[in-house]
This record gives sequence, C-alpha cells and structure tokens, in this order.
Amino acid sequence: MQVYLDNNATTMCDPQVVEVMQPFFSELYGNPNSLHKFGTASHPALSKAIDQVYKGINASDKDDIVFTSCATESNNWVLQSVYNDYIKHGKMNHIVTTEVEHPSVLSTCRWLEDQGVKVTYLPVNDQGVVEAHTVKSFITDKTALVSIMWASNETGMINPIKEIGEICKEKGVLFHSDAVQAVGKIPVDLQDVHVDFISFSAHKFHGPKGVGALYIKDSQPLTPLLHGGEQMGGRRSGTLNVPFIVGMGKAVELATTDLEKTMASIREKRDRLEDELLKLSDTFVVGDRENRTPNTILISIRGVEGEGMLWDLNNGQIGASTGSACASADLEANTVMLAIGADNELAHTGIRLSLSRFTTDEEIDYTISHFKEAVARLRMISSSFAKVAPTPGGEAGECHIPHHMAH
Amino acid sequence: MAKADILGESLWDAYSNKVTTLMNNPQHQGEITPEEAESHGNKLIVADFGAESCGDAVRLYWEIDPKTDKIVNSKFKSFGCGTAIASSDVMTELCIGKTVQEAVKITNIDVELALRDDPETPAVPPQKMHCSVMAYDVIKKAASLYLGVDEGSFEEEIIVCECARVSLGTIQEVIKLNDLKTVEEITDYTKAGGFCKSCIKPGGHEDREWYLVDILEQTRKEMDEEKMKAAADAMAAGGGKFEEMTLVQQIKAVDAVIDENVRQFLIMDGGNMEIIDIKKNDDYIDIYIRYLGACDGCASSATGTLYAIESTLKEKLSDKIRVLPV
Repeated sequence: MQVYLDNNATTMCDPQVVEVMQPFFSELYGNPNSLHKFGTASHPALSKAIDQVYKGINASDKDDIVFTSCATESNNWVLQSVYNDYIKHGKMNHIVTTEVEHPSVLSTCRWLEDQGVKVTYLPVNDQGVVEAHTVKSFITDKTALVSIMWASNETGMINPIKEIGEICKEKGVLFHSDAVQAVGKIPVDLQDVHVDFISFSAHKFHGPKGVGALYIKDSQPLTPLLHGGEQMGGRRSGTLNVPFIVGMGKAVELATTDLEKTMASIREKRDRLEDELLKLSDTFVVGDRENRTPNTILISIRGVEGEGMLWDLNNGQIGASTGSACASADLEANTVMLAIGADNELAHTGIRLSLSRFTTDEEIDYTISHFKEAVARLRMISSSFAKVAPTPGGEAGECHIPHHMAH
Repeated sequence: MAKADILGESLWDAYSNKVTTLMNNPQHQGEITPEEAESHGNKLIVADFGAESCGDAVRLYWEIDPKTDKIVNSKFKSFGCGTAIASSDVMTELCIGKTVQEAVKITNIDVELALRDDPETPAVPPQKMHCSVMAYDVIKKAASLYLGVDEGSFEEEIIVCECARVSLGTIQEVIKLNDLKTVEEITDYTKAGGFCKSCIKPGGHEDREWYLVDILEQTRKEMDEEKMKAAADAMAAGGGKFEEMTLVQQIKAVDAVIDENVRQFLIMDGGNMEIIDIKKNDDYIDIYIRYLGACDGCASSATGTLYAIESTLKEKLSDKIRVLPV
C-alpha cells in the first residue's frame, strides 16, 4: 500500500476533472478570443466554469474572478499592484501581514521593503492564529493593505477572516487573503465575509496544477501584473488556458458541493489518525481541532528529527512533509513552529500530515501502524532518549536559532 | 542557474548506497553503560555535540583501555536526518581499534570518504556535508575529556569552513595570491562556503567565529595597505615604479627628487619652483612646473635649467618624464 498524506502541497487531479478537460486539448482547441466558431466553441464550457467558480466561493456578479497561472501569481499581483497603485504614487506606505504567510507573500513583501514599503509582520498566538485585535492595533492611516492567509498551509489553523474583514472595512483599508488552503476545504462565502481580494489555486482541491484565480471585489481597479492582449477584460493578458479553467470549474464544484458532508468524513479520519498518534508519549499537535482545516495535522514528536521521520515514512510508502530542515542554508523553514512559540528543540520535530477526500480508512490504519514503527525506531537511535549521561564536561550547549522574521 | 538547476536535485537520490543502508540499519547505534565499561576494567567517555534546537545532535560513547589508550568499543545516539545518523555510524566504526590520539586525527572528510560507494562520487549533496562535521567535533570533545586537555589544542589552525576543512591561513593566502575579489571566487578556489554555507555570512545554519565576507574584506584591506606601503617604501628607497604610483605619490616623489638635487641651486640663485600638475599624456608623463622668484623669466629657465631638471627627474624616476614650465 502507498499513502499520500501531503495534500496541502498538492492533490491528485480528480478523474472527473480530467474528463471534462479532455475535449479542450485536441478537439475544441480554438482561442476563445477568436471570432470564428473554433474560438467560440469553448465558450459554453468556459461560462460554466466561471459560474462554478463564482458559486464555489459565493461571489457576486459585480465581482471579478480572474484566472491566473497559480496562487503565487495572484498573491504577487495583489501585493505588487497595491504597491504600484496606492503606495508608489500615493500617500500610503504600509502593508500589514503575518510571520507565517506563504513564501509568495513573504518574499514579495521583502521585495517591497527593498522598494521602501514599510511592512509589519504580525505574530501568531500559540494556536498559530493571528488575533483580530492585533491586526487592528497595527493598522495606521498610512496602511494600504492587510494581507492575511485564510488558513495555514503548515498547521491548517483558520484565521478570524470575518472579524479582520470587518476591521479593514471599518478602517477603510484594502484586505487580501491568501485562501489557497481554504477554498475547497472549508466554507468560503464572500457574501458573508468582507474581503477585497482572495487568491486560490485549483491543484489544492483536486484540480490541475498551473491554474489559479484572483477574486477582486466589486471589480475594483488593480493594475494588471501581465500586460498584453485584452483577455479577461484586460485584467490578465495571455491566451486563456481553456482546459485548465474548465477543470478548475469542475474541481471547485466537486469540492464545494456537500462540503459539510465531505468535511465531516475527512475530519473523522483525521481525528482518528490524530488520536492514535497522540497516544505516543511526548507528542503534541499544533492548534485546536475545532478551528483547523479538517484535513491537517502538524504533529511534533520529541526526539525525532523531521527529515529523519520523513525518510522512514517514505520507506513505508507514506508521503508527508516537514517544515524543518536538518541542515538547510537557513532555518527560516522553522518559522511556523517558532512563531507559535514552540520550544526551540521542537522546531525540528514537526511532521505535517494532510488528508484529502480520497484518503481511505485502510490508508489511515496503515499510516498509524507505520508511523508508530518509525517513531519507535528513530527514538531508539535518538540521543534525546539516551539514558547514559555525558561525562562531566561533555555536555553540549543549546543552539541559538536565528529568527529572521522579527522585524 | 542553468538547465540542470531548473528542476533542482532530489536530495535523497544524491545519497550514496552506504548512507541509505546505514540510515536504515545503523551498526553501532546504542549505549555503553558505566557498569559495562567498568566490568572490562575500561574507562567510559560520553560526549555530546549539537542540540535538538540546532536540528542535529549526537552522543558518542567510547570504551577505552586505560593502559593502551585504545578505543575498544564505541556506540552512538543521534537526533538528526539520514546523513546525520549514517555519518555518526561510520564515525563510530572509524574510532574502534584506534588509540584516542589516533582517533583525534579523524576528520569529517574521512567520515564522508568512508560513506562513498566509489572514491570519485560524493556520498552526500553539498548542503548535507555539514552532518559529517558533527562527527569530527564530537570526537575532539570525547578526546579532550579523556586526555584532560582543551579541545582547541587538537586544532593546529583556525578552520573557517568546517565542511571542506579550509583554514583561515589558506583562505587569506588564496585571496592574496590570486587577487580574489568575491566570495564566489573563494569558493571556486578552496571549496570553502560551498557546502552548508554557514561560514559565508552571519545568519546561516550556525553561528561562526569567522565569515568569508569579513575575511575577504579584511584581506582586501590588508592588500591595499600593503600595496600603499610597498609604493611608499619603494619611493623612499628610490626604486619605486613611477608610472604605477598614484598622483599624490608621484608629486611627493618628484618633490623629493627636486628637493635633493635641484632646489638648492635654484635657491642659491634667488629663485625656486613648484609643481603645478602631473598628467599622463600618451607615452609621456608631463610634469607642469612654475618658476618662482628670480627663476621666473630667467634666460636659462627655458633651456639649461629646464634640461637639468628634466634629465634629473628622468634619471631618478622615469625616462617618460617631460617637464613643461607654465
């Protein structure tokens, strides 16, 4: 048996999605912006996909949802164009974000800092959640944008987006949320929640890689990132990726129809796995289950280094991931564990397991058994569990982990 | 970046079979208890290096025959990734049968070589070289405990890059000999900074005492100072290469020659001269002078005196010199 538990990284493309994409490679290949029938032949499927995506996040017809190549593009677009439209030639100079954003937000913010923008990287609490009152206290009259992820890729923890949205609305500040880990996993209802922009990506909910979207409330102005033709109302140039957009529409529909039921089913498996793994001594899971995406576990196993654990899981045909690295050039990968206030020594012991609607009970059983075996083996080797103490004078000092995010 | 970097390497695929095998089944994992060592009449040394908070930690156990200083048995415990465990295992194996004094000579390079499947292919990718360094460090620590000496006494020179074991002296020397101007060049010449990258600049995997950026800056500064000093010395000795001097040095050199050979005669005649400027003019170096006092307007100032000044400067400094009164 092999078990894929890295669904926060990417997911299997649902065969039903592949099926609806199929005709748009070699049969209906026209450019949808052409006037002839080859071009217009794809219009019904594209219209349907657009409807599916609008419905999936409950967007209004007054809003724009612009298809992009990925959420990284969507995030870059918002950050770079808010800088261009409101900061570069305006009186604003400030962006508020968090320490635990995806690199496509963090790296872009660092680049913006080089351009002279002031960026506040908010801390998260021990739950890995940014608190709404913290956001409120850092917004100034120079703040152009607040950018806060809807749910964390590492921990699955869900931020209080509705509250933050209200604060931004009240303060008159633009609000962007990287909703990559939310759309298709938990309800995202843009009639209920106030956000100006959200980024999301199809391959996180069983759609194809290479297609994402940016939601723009009320079709408000935002300078395009890609200039060129006049596709998508001139907002994002480049020939429409017809099969992928059609696939994204189908994928959103599949992921959001009966979402509560799907969530309950994934959550039941996740909770069972989590309960079993927590029976191991000296382990903890980051964040309260009630406020977490139903598919995610970030577990710390004392004495077991993350990459070593991945190695053993991989030998057992289980794919998982870790936020830490044994000897990477820098240790910023540990940001999430450090940001939630975990002890330094636990910063290297995080293993992320992320399920999908395709994860089966048999796979969970298999994972529980292999996971426990791996922990037993690695703890047997681990110096953390050694009994014979060092010769006096032979002890090692603690390590100072540079925490670069503190600005 | 180039074609090979577009996809990036697969970290684990770059491991040698030995690394994989030992990670999956380490041979010397375990502990030696004080009772066990005592029952053999041996001494037990247990040393730690690294910490969980650093991402890797190792505990080394040596059972040593106190009569011969020979390590008769060795075990390890490790918190770390596959290469950390495999490196620790090989390190333990390399220690067994050696005296403590011999074991101290085992370096991380020996550990990495012992993990290779064939002598030509590295056992681990560059960013994992660091794991074998811990093995070297913990051996030094264990030996210092047994011999009752400071760990630093085993190190004859300051090691800046532990992964490639490159010393401060070597780095300074290659910078000077090859006129290196960038850290990348240092890495190309010495491999220092090519592995875990901690020694390049502060903020890497671990804190270091010496960083390549600082060594480069300091060495370049020393080189500049040495160059200046050499020029000054050469000038003082009268043997400096005039063409290569800076303008200020040239003016000083000309002044020195004038002072020594010319000025006294001008003053005797109630005159003097000053240097206005020095300019490089194709193959010539033109020195513009102005006569002062009685020399100004004197008949020989454009003939005999000028010829004397020019020939003296030519002889003492450079045959490319032309003297032009203004």
